[in-house]
Amino acid sequence: MGMIVPIVVVLAVMLWVIGAYNGLIALKFQTQNALKQIDVQLKRRHDLIPNLVQAVQGAMQFERGTLQDVIEARNKAISAGAGTNLQGVGQMAAAEAHLSGALGRLMAVVEAYPDLKATANVGQLQEELTSTENKIGFARQLYNDTATLYNTEQHQFPTALVAGFARAVPAELWEITDEAERAVPKVDLSMKKA
Amino acid sequence: MTDFEATNLFAQQEANRRKSRWLVAGFVVFFLWLGLGGDWIAYEYTKGLPPEQYRHGFPVLGAIMVLIAGGLVVNIRRSGASKVLWSTGAQRLDEPATQDERTISNVVDEMAIAAGIPRPTVWVIDDDDPNAFATGMKLDASHVAVTRGLMTTLNRDELQAVVGHEMGHIKNLDVQLMTLVAGLGGAIALIADGIGRMLWHGSHSRRHGGGFSGGGGGGGRKKNDLGPLIVVLIVVWILSWLLAPLVTRLLAMSISRKREYLADAMSAQFTRNPLALASALEKIEQAAAPTKSIKHGVAHLCIADPLGWRSSRREGRVSDLLATHPPMASRIARLRQMGFEPASV
Repeated sequence: MGMIVPIVVVLAVMLWVIGAYNGLIALKFQTQNALKQIDVQLKRRHDLIPNLVQAVQGAMQFERGTLQDVIEARNKAISAGAGTNLQGVGQMAAAEAHLSGALGRLMAVVEAYPDLKATANVGQLQEELTSTENKIGFARQLYNDTATLYNTEQHQFPTALVAGFARAVPAELWEITDEAERAVPKVDLSMKKA
Repeated sequence: MTDFEATNLFAQQEANRRKSRWLVAGFVVFFLWLGLGGDWIAYEYTKGLPPEQYRHGFPVLGAIMVLIAGGLVVNIRRSGASKVLWSTGAQRLDEPATQDERTISNVVDEMAIAAGIPRPTVWVIDDDDPNAFATGMKLDASHVAVTRGLMTTLNRDELQAVVGHEMGHIKNLDVQLMTLVAGLGGAIALIADGIGRMLWHGSHSRRHGGGFSGGGGGGGRKKNDLGPLIVVLIVVWILSWLLAPLVTRLLAMSISRKREYLADAMSAQFTRNPLALASALEKIEQAAAPTKSIKHGVAHLCIADPLGWRSSRREGRVSDLLATHPPMASRIARLRQMGFEPASV
């Protein structure tokens, strides 16, 4: 009879350890999956840029520099994004932020060419670009939310006790490090119907 | 509501989750009482009888109620969303052709990413009134339908906010919850109707000299006294059954309103732009024509009540107790608070 209480306590502790461990592992995989979702959207953006450049370059002979910036930033972002893990997010984020800045400047220039904007192809590309930028933003938001949950969980007592055991290492958040992107005013591509 | 709860969207979500959890728990307890209460009466009535006579041990009525609920759950999990979509005449949007269609298709993509759920199928309804609804019993087979009026009335940010609201319903599994609650309410109403008829006939035949044996007891048994406990139980139980259709409906509608607030807060989480939903709701309210293509059955899944009851009355009126949606004014006020703007302009 005297054995029952200790056995129940040990069983309860074991169940809790299993639950906390599995919870951390699940969060880790969710965080990794969220990062992969950003990758998918970044790839879309990288694929969209050549089309955009092709559609506008004929009309923008005088803006070679802006176009060149976008192409260079794209190539850098592609190489920075190759094989990242949860701890190398910062470097990838910086390259992508640079590309966002260059794209923003290009779209600001496109706004100055009403004829170009009126082309159906360019209008469609603008909507695609708006949507892709949004998707990257939302994927980033989901990643940061999930990573914050994961980081909070592994630092909070009592889950922190099993964090080492579950090999939980804080995930780096996706932050805007590029000063240029902070400074660039947001270009309105939302095509409001007023 | 504290200031922190009002302005923090996660705190608002938690508050609405907590409230609707209590309401669902109340619904379940009431449902079980309708069955188990009868078992308790039968147990008290038969416990003094000698062993060779029937004694009520196993809670038969409670088991029947649980079976009804279980059957409904299985049925709901199997049934598809096609009926609802068909009844509204919605058309599947596979190949977006116009700029509007491309935008809605992209917006749904974006919100699916923000919500972290599989992309729902998009449907378009040929109706000029701005409205939208979500349906589907599974997370990986869900549907979002919007009217053409919604696509032309709202700008891109507002459209995104409305789709975010529908994604909130999908992610919270509100379609299953509300279908189940409505199904259980319907089953209760049917049984209550039957009991009402039985009582009517019982009292009727007694007046003509027949015997009213009272529930499940046999007529030829040894007379045993009805204690005060049994009398009270019988009265409360029968009253519960008679009021059951009204009580379950009130509970269901109040759950529905909490889920609406929750979906609004989910939209704010996905878009991080609660003011876009606030202005979308304002535009939808102004277009207060009823949505003709959307029937009563899906009202609780829409962004705004399709029946045209979109007035800005304050919360607390009697008619509000039976509404599927909270008053627009208070939804907009809560969204403004989340966006750190004064509640009224």
